[in-house]
Amino acid sequence: MSDDEIILSELSDADLVEQMHDDLYDGLKEEIEEGVNILLERGWAPYTILTDALVEGMRIVGIDFRDGILFVPEVLKSANAMKGGMKILRPLLAETGAPRAGKMVIGTVKGDIHDIGKNLVTMMMEGAGFEVIDLGINNPVENYLAALEEHEPDILGMSALLTTTMPYMKVVIDTMKEKGIRDDYVVMVGGAPLNQEFATAVGADAYCSDAAVTVETAKELMKRRHNVTAAGATAA
Amino acid sequence: MVEAATPEHTDLSVDDEAAFASAGPARALVIACGALAREIVDFRAANGFDHLDITCLPAKLHNRPHLIPEAVRTKIKANKADYRAIFVAYGDCGTGGLLDKVIEEEGVERIEGPHCYAFYTGQKAFAAITDDDPTQFFLTDYMVRHFDRLIIEGLGLDRWPELRDDYFGNYTNCVYISQVRDEALEAKAREAAGRLGLGYVHRHVGYGELAGFMEAAATAGEEAGAP
Ligand code: B12
Repeated sequence: MSDDEIILSELSDADLVEQMHDDLYDGLKEEIEEGVNILLERGWAPYTILTDALVEGMRIVGIDFRDGILFVPEVLKSANAMKGGMKILRPLLAETGAPRAGKMVIGTVKGDIHDIGKNLVTMMMEGAGFEVIDLGINNPVENYLAALEEHEPDILGMSALLTTTMPYMKVVIDTMKEKGIRDDYVVMVGGAPLNQEFATAVGADAYCSDAAVTVETAKELMKRRHNVTAAGATAA
Repeated sequence: MVEAATPEHTDLSVDDEAAFASAGPARALVIACGALAREIVDFRAANGFDHLDITCLPAKLHNRPHLIPEAVRTKIKANKADYRAIFVAYGDCGTGGLLDKVIEEEGVERIEGPHCYAFYTGQKAFAAITDDDPTQFFLTDYMVRHFDRLIIEGLGLDRWPELRDDYFGNYTNCVYISQVRDEALEAKAREAAGRLGLGYVHRHVGYGELAGFMEAAATAGEEAGAP
């Protein structure tokens, strides 16, 4: 043990949270788990730990990834550290009645097995209070439809990292249209090769370039959705 | 212009930008991804395509595909005045169609296909393999030669070997699609598959559709004639 080793439990709340941001940045899973446990012992609400320590830390990681300061392995290490913290918090969040922002079904499209970005979006959406059902990779349209029926989410999210698989999003959206269920859901799409023009062309409601933007956009779209529903209810 | 390079000199590092002048007075230029440099220069030499110059962008752009379209545009603009025809040896490479926009705007030609794995294997054959089973990770000669730098270091597996399954956990096989027949490379590819925890399949595909593309470029160079 070196002299300058930081003892997490000796830090003040504010310093500990700041240290956790650094530890997330450095992808230190055990330290993050320890930090979460310390804050819980100090009586912090699970939701506050999630937002102030973990989500905020990952937001910083996201910015530096976007700006080319961090690369894929660093982000993956950070995400794994956050996952460790989330694992402790998830059951407690349900018990303590943390705010529910909405429900999302997400999956990488057929033919594509990239999932690092999708997993990050899943985690940050959970961090923002969304319930997320992750369908994993390589999903044919049937998987999405079955999940929509089973889970009745507000949002459908699709991810693609390959030029060859991104057009499959249109297959899913067109099938939803055929079945008359397209407008029952907010459809969000993402993945590095996508852009707004593509999202508009396939008929998605939103394209998001990263996890932070996804969270903001999802919150905004949920607000609008509720307003529309409320307006509809008043009109009826 | 730089001296004509011999094949031994074409093993570019991922960071390199390089130009390989032709033996004759070239009127056509191939702008290529650095990951294709060696193959393209070898192919030119083997076929005596004397009217073709080759210039490469750094292979590391692969991992930041959004930078590719403008990097290619810059290369095109810098060379347009000197050549009658310019050919771009790049797949879409994850630019989501933005590279093709540049290609169209600049009035040049690009090899067909989403990435080099597809044009080496052949578009149809590649689609057939991956439609059946997308859980395959492809290695070209270039990737086998530079496996440590591109995959092990590039994905941070030297520092954090525990990330291996986060990357490759959903894959079954490593498919080595070789350009040249070389036992040493094959052994290295097999070893690479093992290091990724994947099964190993070898398919010799040669230069695939890159060959036809190079022939078309060479013909354009010849037809344009010497200056
Ligand atoms: C890491 C990586 C891999 C890993 C994947 C590991 C894994 N478990 O996912 C490995 C090495 C295994 C791999 C394999 C392959 N890959 Co790859 N890969 C990449 C790389 C370098 C980074 C992708 C990544 O994880 N980024 C990090 C995350 C955090 O970012 P992100 O995915 O963009 O996600 C963010 C946003 O896009 C957004 N987002 C993502 N999804 C969603 C969803 C929704 C709903 C929303 C709202 C937002 C959103 O938020 C995320 C978080 O901020 C890219 C190049 C690049 N820089 O994009 C190539 C790249 C995508 N791969 C490519 C290729 C070709 C392949 C292979 C075919 C290569 C091969 N040799 O076989 C295979 C594909 C197999 C298959 N069928 O899927 C090409 C694609 C080219 C093309 N024409 O499409 C790229 C562009 C590299 C290149 N230039 O050659 N790859």
